[in-house]
Amino acid sequence: MTSVGPEPDAAIDRQQMDVDIACVGFGPAMGGFLTTLSRSLLNPDGSPRLQSSCLPGTPLQVICYERADGLGFGVSGAVTRGRGIRRSFPELDLAQIPLATPVKKEKLIYLLDPTGASNRSFALRSADKLIRTFGSLFRFREDALELPLIPHFLQKHDGFVMSLGQFNQWVAGQLTSSGLLQIWPGTPVSAPLIEGRTVKGIRLADQGTALDGTPQDGFLPGIDIRAALTVVGDGPVGAVGRGIDAHFGLPAGHEHSEWALGMKMVIELREDSGLETGTVLHTFGFPEPEIFGFLYAHPDRLASVGIFIPSWFRSPVRTAYRYLQHFVLHPYLWRHLQDATLKSWGAKSLQESGCRGEPFLVGDGYARIGEGSGSTNVLSGSGVDEAWTTGAQLAEAVVELLEKKLPFTRQNLEATYVRRRRASWVDRESRVAANSRNGFPHGLLSGLFGMALAGFTGGRVVIPPPSSRKKGATLEERFGARIPPAELQKLKDEAAVHSLPLHDQIMNRCGWPEIPFDGKLLVSQQDALLTGGSVQAPPGYANHVVFLRPDACTNCEPKLCVEMCSGQAISRGESGVPQFDREKCIFCGACLWNCRAEETGEPANVDFRAGAGGLHSALN
Amino acid sequence: MSNGYHIVVCGSVVPDPLQTLEPIETPSGPALKNEMLLPAVLDPWAAHALYEAANLAAHSAGSKVWLVSLGAKAKLQQVMMTIAQKVSFELVPLDGPASGFADAHATAAILAEAIQSISGLDRSRLLLFGGWESASRGAGVTMQLIGERLGILDQFQGVDQLTVQPDGSLEILERIEGGRHQVSLCQGPPALFGWATGNLPEPRNNPQIGMANMRAIMPALQRAKTVAPATEALRYRSASPPKQQRQTRIVKNLSAEEIAREIVAWIEKA
Repeated sequence: MTSVGPEPDAAIDRQQMDVDIACVGFGPAMGGFLTTLSRSLLNPDGSPRLQSSCLPGTPLQVICYERADGLGFGVSGAVTRGRGIRRSFPELDLAQIPLATPVKKEKLIYLLDPTGASNRSFALRSADKLIRTFGSLFRFREDALELPLIPHFLQKHDGFVMSLGQFNQWVAGQLTSSGLLQIWPGTPVSAPLIEGRTVKGIRLADQGTALDGTPQDGFLPGIDIRAALTVVGDGPVGAVGRGIDAHFGLPAGHEHSEWALGMKMVIELREDSGLETGTVLHTFGFPEPEIFGFLYAHPDRLASVGIFIPSWFRSPVRTAYRYLQHFVLHPYLWRHLQDATLKSWGAKSLQESGCRGEPFLVGDGYARIGEGSGSTNVLSGSGVDEAWTTGAQLAEAVVELLEKKLPFTRQNLEATYVRRRRASWVDRESRVAANSRNGFPHGLLSGLFGMALAGFTGGRVVIPPPSSRKKGATLEERFGARIPPAELQKLKDEAAVHSLPLHDQIMNRCGWPEIPFDGKLLVSQQDALLTGGSVQAPPGYANHVVFLRPDACTNCEPKLCVEMCSGQAISRGESGVPQFDREKCIFCGACLWNCRAEETGEPANVDFRAGAGGLHSALN
Repeated sequence: MSNGYHIVVCGSVVPDPLQTLEPIETPSGPALKNEMLLPAVLDPWAAHALYEAANLAAHSAGSKVWLVSLGAKAKLQQVMMTIAQKVSFELVPLDGPASGFADAHATAAILAEAIQSISGLDRSRLLLFGGWESASRGAGVTMQLIGERLGILDQFQGVDQLTVQPDGSLEILERIEGGRHQVSLCQGPPALFGWATGNLPEPRNNPQIGMANMRAIMPALQRAKTVAPATEALRYRSASPPKQQRQTRIVKNLSAEEIAREIVAWIEKA
């Protein structure tokens, strides 16, 4: 027996529980899987249609474990065409899902820089000048240009806006009330159980430990859940999916090279905000050219407003929170958002490699679904519906195999699940999108051109991928022209002495205006931690962020893990080794892909393990 | 006690008190804004009572724990997924409003009726547990009112500890002013205990307990009785949150003196 993951300890006597299907992570993919599967568990007369193998004479035993403390505590921007979701719910009534509403108005907007602090290329500055000069000829107002059309591959006009948290709760409510399967929140899964080439189940995280994992009073070793099929839907930073990747590797030519951090606020708008329910805004160009943004107007005067910080944004000061505040303050948005109130806030890492990051979708005893399986479409910027659909496809495959009494082998899962997925719109569109973002490492304009090229040619013509992965810029490379070396060094020293991230000092020095805190919408990041959904960390769990080789951190500068940490849970510790405070962690996973060790050819020095707690908000 | 206790815990489902709660006026009286969108929890005071009940039952052979819980059915279902892994109990769900604006008398009447209708409940073994206070209402009278309706005369409030004596009597520590406890002795059931925080940590999540609980909880939820507390006896003139100005800084390893000094400086500046 091999336990792939953190802290395998053969000396610990663990309890064991047998089920037929063990599922990890409750997001849209698992929602699709369990919804579809649950409809096949009973005959019309109410008798079990699919029998359990582990508990003969009972219905199929299906159990799902979710790390977060609630099933609706997901974090995501949520506008979707909902093709797969509507297929599962042909009579879908959006009124039944809080905060869901059809898309009524959709705009693509180029935001110019009203501050003069944004790091724009000469070409972009020239374009901005032209737009400002001839703006009256176009739809230019409030430092923004509303583009006259939205490329078809980006359009969501036939879809709906929703809160993924509320959608998850709605789905979970229907599933659990059926009594046919069980979904348990607050239960992190630490690792897959792998024997040879077969996944035999999962191991739950140990409870009753010190922060370093040492057993303490009330120690409860994580139970081993053994199952004929393990369904992995724990997202791109989940411990089980990454454990399987570590054990089996990725298919040749595939890599997890592109990421983004999505951070958003859920905002209560003032009564005369001027935003119609169902409005969807996609933005680019500000606060930095590499940063994309969005605004979705929900019912009840609520709106989701957020940005994406991609991994090709090479700046060493990658603070999503401050950039999000500057985004909110952009005049084009501020006219709607002024006097609004922050209701919730959150962040999440997005696996942006698309199908180029697809892992082995199946193997003996396991199958991958959702974002962690490479289902996100990086051209359309859509992931929820794709994830849902992959889950539904797996469920159809599972039912087929169970009815034929065939085992969950790699071969059988390929012939059923993978076959369905390859033949579906998810895969077809994902292949079109595969190389659509190749241009972004060269700059915004080439990136947009590359997207258009791929989108309008169906992926047949694309910009070639960069010959090598670009390293993140150093402070000197990025800011040397604006800040003299001696002053830059002084800022670095001050940040080190006060254990602070660098980004505020650097941004202030580069001309970014101070955020005018109003105590309602514009609040400190620490206030956002508390008012934006509250962050909680139940005691008795080990730290889930671990710096594997502290010595390697000592001289690492700038410390991107500190700069990028969404909850300021990672700070500069003594002797240069970052300190982790799990009581502030919102599980965004940004530290995982912002470790600079990999740039020097070493393995990442940050391990992101299974952990409990995080955000407590169902509004996200 | 040779046959164990029949422990009934009253615990409503309430919005997570760590969320920002905002009262609003509705045609039917005050309510919390977007209450159904807020994460829900088992009332923290009642949760302590539940953990104490489970602990007592585990140490008294033949005992059984019921949880009588009032709340919107969808929220009850969500909350049960969280607490059912922690301790063993049988759920008596009541589908109805658990808002802090419900009348405590009406709520007590509903809960008392539900307790009386529990099949197999032996009054001579009954220990009635609940929260001394509530995260949704500060009156702290609901448990007392339930006890009166059930004719339970031995009532203890602000309980932090309950110890079964060798002769079967119960020793109770109740909170009194000055951070001290009043020690009482009670002959035995039936008795009512409004718990403060108790002394037990939150139990670990145990999947096997969860699996066992859920076999009964989901069918019970499907049969949840819909209840509507009477509202005519109570009328609110107005409801508003306390005025507050919030400025947060999370610090660690700061002495109490330093924290106090900083707060005083902040108040003086404000």
